[in-house]
Amino acid sequence: MAYFLQQLINGLTLGAVYGLIAIGYTMVYGIIGMINFAHGEIYMIGAFICMIAFAVLGFMGIASVPMALLVVLLLAIILTAAYGWTVERIAYRPLRGSFRLAPLISAIGMSIFLQNYVQLLQGARVKAMEPVISGGFVLMRDGSFQVTLSYLQLMIMSVTVVLMAGFTTVIHRTPLGRAQRACEQDQKMAALSGIDVDRTISLTFVLGAGLAAVAGVMNTLYYGVIDFFIGFLVGLKAFTAAVLGGIGSLPGAMLGGLMIGLIEAFWAAYFDAAYKDVAAFSVLVLVLIFRPSGLLGRPKVEKV
Amino acid sequence: MTGAPLLALRQVETFYGPVRALSGVSLDVHEAEIVTLIGANGAGKSTLLMTICGNPQASSGSVSFEGRDITRMQTHAITRLGIAQSPEGRRIFARMTVMENLLIGTTPVGDAHVDEDLARVFDLFPILRDRTRQRGGTLSGGEQQMLAIARALMSRPRLLLLDEPSLGLAPIVVRRIFEVIGELNRNQGMTIFLVEQNAHHALALAHRAYVLANGEIVMEGEGRELLADERVRSAYLAGA
Repeated sequence: MAYFLQQLINGLTLGAVYGLIAIGYTMVYGIIGMINFAHGEIYMIGAFICMIAFAVLGFMGIASVPMALLVVLLLAIILTAAYGWTVERIAYRPLRGSFRLAPLISAIGMSIFLQNYVQLLQGARVKAMEPVISGGFVLMRDGSFQVTLSYLQLMIMSVTVVLMAGFTTVIHRTPLGRAQRACEQDQKMAALSGIDVDRTISLTFVLGAGLAAVAGVMNTLYYGVIDFFIGFLVGLKAFTAAVLGGIGSLPGAMLGGLMIGLIEAFWAAYFDAAYKDVAAFSVLVLVLIFRPSGLLGRPKVEKV
Repeated sequence: MTGAPLLALRQVETFYGPVRALSGVSLDVHEAEIVTLIGANGAGKSTLLMTICGNPQASSGSVSFEGRDITRMQTHAITRLGIAQSPEGRRIFARMTVMENLLIGTTPVGDAHVDEDLARVFDLFPILRDRTRQRGGTLSGGEQQMLAIARALMSRPRLLLLDEPSLGLAPIVVRRIFEVIGELNRNQGMTIFLVEQNAHHALALAHRAYVLANGEIVMEGEGRELLADERVRSAYLAGA
């Protein structure tokens, strides 16, 4: 029981981060119908900005952890969002109205480009960082086994919950969210109603990148090591989460993220940790076979 | 008609790829007028309305609104000048509620007058008031058409473009919709450019009318004048 509880905590932490990234995939798919394969790299850039920012802040002698954390988060969100905006502007927008595969191929190109760009600027070595937040609560003892919820895990989960709640509110209650959903459903009519479709699409990329930046910061703090290639696997998992939840569905992305995180954690704990990725991707295959629209996705056919 | 027209098209040509949909279309819509455009299926009526809104843009000729050239403007910018359209097929946002559809309509003007404008459109179409929380996709055809017009009105347009508002609707609903068009014009001085296949109703309502065939304006005149015209009667009012 204690062991199970610990894995639950680990899985939820992992899943929270996947969920944040999955939102970026699902929103972009919802609005322009493409999979942004460079989104994992956007997350990776967020992680690098986090590491660089901490190094700079440390150098400047800023010792207050909450202060430093806030500055790093804001910096990462702003700069990563700028990357997200730029990628859309130069690699996808010119291809809008082109054949369906074109932006997809461009996205893969962008993904490879960004990996190489970071590799060139930052080097190929794995970079490590001192833990910034340590300690935690011991929730339960079972013989020698302790169930702990670290402060960092608590922070990751609470930041994720707050962001997701905020995000859901933005999408459902604000003019920006309405514009976003209008563009998802009918871009021609959205434009006829006065919505600037290009701007709305740009903002979707900016928001998705902002969330990925938060995920990047949190995973960097959690694992303490990053390299230029981390976006690939995490991006693929988050994409799987988005498909599992139902691509295009916001709550689906969150649910899918949590499920992938839990599956990974439990598989690693009870079976073989080496095959945890196989477990996660097997779920993708099963979902695609038995429920192609995902857990919370809309079926394709719609009465008009 | 005196004074400068509110909307003026001059020698407009529009292409879909290599296909020419409009050739040399010139027409005027003056302030506080109802102008109708009739024509057969595929004549280019909807293309003409969409060209006014910049999607697709005219490849030659010019579209101007209040004397300002809008031929190369983007669609959303054109709506901000005060042109609203209830387009072909209504294009209700099916997965949004009726209220959200109406709020989307306020995009060009912001939400300063929302309550007042909602009250106004609910007066015109009381049925929408009972449907505010229902999803657009669950409305009947007539209700969707009312919503499409109401959504366009939420932007307080100076020019209202209506694309076949009577298509596929029951006669009683058609009558109500034409009544509303007339009321808008009489009571609020709304300028309306109405595209219709239902030529009889449209011509009876309109101050002036144009006939479009194969992308060209082939006739123009006062509504009643065209209604009485033998050629129009045989081509567009057969059996009426």
